[in-house]
Amino acid sequence: MVYLDHASAVPVDPRVLAFARHYLEEEFGNPSSLYDRGLSARRAVEAAREQVAALVNAGSPRSIVFTGSATESNNLGIRGTALRNRKKGKKILVSAVEHISVMNPAKDLQKQGFELDFIPVDRYGTVDLANLEAELTPETVLVSVNYANDEIGTVEPVREVSRLVHEHGAYLHVNATAAAGRVPIDVQGDGIDLLTLSGNDLGGPRGAAALYVGPGVKVQSVMPGGGQERGLRSGTENVFAIAGMGEAARLAAEEMEEEMAREQAIRDRLVRAVLEIEEAALTGHPTDRLPHHASFRFSRIEGESILLNLDTFFGIQVATGSACSSRTLEPSHVLLAIGLTHEQAHGSVVMTLGRSNTVADVRVVVDAMQETVGRLRGISPL
Amino acid sequence: MEDRPQIGYSKRVMDHFMNPRNVGEVEDADGVGLVGNPVCGDLMQVTIRVEEDVITDIKFKTFGCGSAIATASMVTELAMGKHLDEALAITRQDVADELEGLPPVKMHCSNLAADALHEAITDYREKRKKKEAEMTA
Repeated sequence: MVYLDHASAVPVDPRVLAFARHYLEEEFGNPSSLYDRGLSARRAVEAAREQVAALVNAGSPRSIVFTGSATESNNLGIRGTALRNRKKGKKILVSAVEHISVMNPAKDLQKQGFELDFIPVDRYGTVDLANLEAELTPETVLVSVNYANDEIGTVEPVREVSRLVHEHGAYLHVNATAAAGRVPIDVQGDGIDLLTLSGNDLGGPRGAAALYVGPGVKVQSVMPGGGQERGLRSGTENVFAIAGMGEAARLAAEEMEEEMAREQAIRDRLVRAVLEIEEAALTGHPTDRLPHHASFRFSRIEGESILLNLDTFFGIQVATGSACSSRTLEPSHVLLAIGLTHEQAHGSVVMTLGRSNTVADVRVVVDAMQETVGRLRGISPL
Repeated sequence: MEDRPQIGYSKRVMDHFMNPRNVGEVEDADGVGLVGNPVCGDLMQVTIRVEEDVITDIKFKTFGCGSAIATASMVTELAMGKHLDEALAITRQDVADELEGLPPVKMHCSNLAADALHEAITDYREKRKKKEAEMTA
């Protein structure tokens, strides 16, 4: 079995599980309780906050708000910031390649009277800085651009985006779900006001995520309740998942450089070999891309059948942006935003590496890919 | 069982996806049906040989997802050896039923195989009419 879909789900690092399970089984207290069992849970949450803050150079751990998922962090970052600052203006800008959990809160705000514009990208998925600058007005409250794209791997010029956004007095939200733990993130150096991080993408359990809220950035809660997390995210903390996210962040900070160099070397070989297949093309940026990320398109065949074929005949799991594998039966908006036709977008395959992958996987995957493409093209009337 | 939502593809869909029957093109086919559109992600071609109004050979080619391939394979099995009128009576629902169901989202878009079969039969009949008209003229 070769698992190549780490953009969808990452197995929990055994070291993280060993560390965090203690907070399921023994230190299971509510961090708001004042007896020892509550206080030790509180200490675990605060220790995790420090680790997550350190991973993105947040300065103060107070800037980290724990939530339950990246979707929730994106909602808090986008809706919470736009609503809190709506007296300043009602215009928001998001890049055309944002994740659906950024797109949908933005569209929801549009229904509530905000003006929403999409910043186009070039054929590699890089945001058009000239267009961004032209769209920024004194009424713009918030801009959201992903650190790197989960479907095509392209890393965005976040510092340039930040400079433009701040010149116009707006806040910058960055979804770093795909990028965190894969490339160094420095929220202070990069000039990021709000940053979304997911625990599972770092190798932690699902159920914990974070939103970095920079000093002075005004955000309101989108889910009123008991006032946990500085009032920004009510609900009893998921101590197990948060502790796991903290440990995963610590390991990522420590091991990222070496591990990503290893995965990138495998990825580069994989890309070179896959591109030797007839009518295969890379999607996303050839060099400014996440080190563990490979994405392709194959003409005359369809992504869902490629995915099924690789899984059933070869035990290889990949992802696709094909319409047929989506709930809406619409092709990926990311692939359309980079200028692919519907027909081209149907043949997309995304491979994302992780700790379990080795250089030996390259030959296995490329042989399987060759056979799969050959078989499906043999069936195709095109 | 009926109330349970279908998760993924049935065993029969996977069987037809993995071992599709009657792949290819009938040489000098008597009827050709081509439905769908690569833009939408599904294109199906059915070619038939007809002898005395009976389908004696049938083959398919499909560009599309797993269920598109499976439905095309299934329809060739259902239509093989059938009288043209019987083959015309095969519906999309029949194909889905024979496959032990399709996920709801796939019922309309990737279930074009019966349409392609019907088009191949219509094509055959039109060609024949034309030929007969030419012969009487």
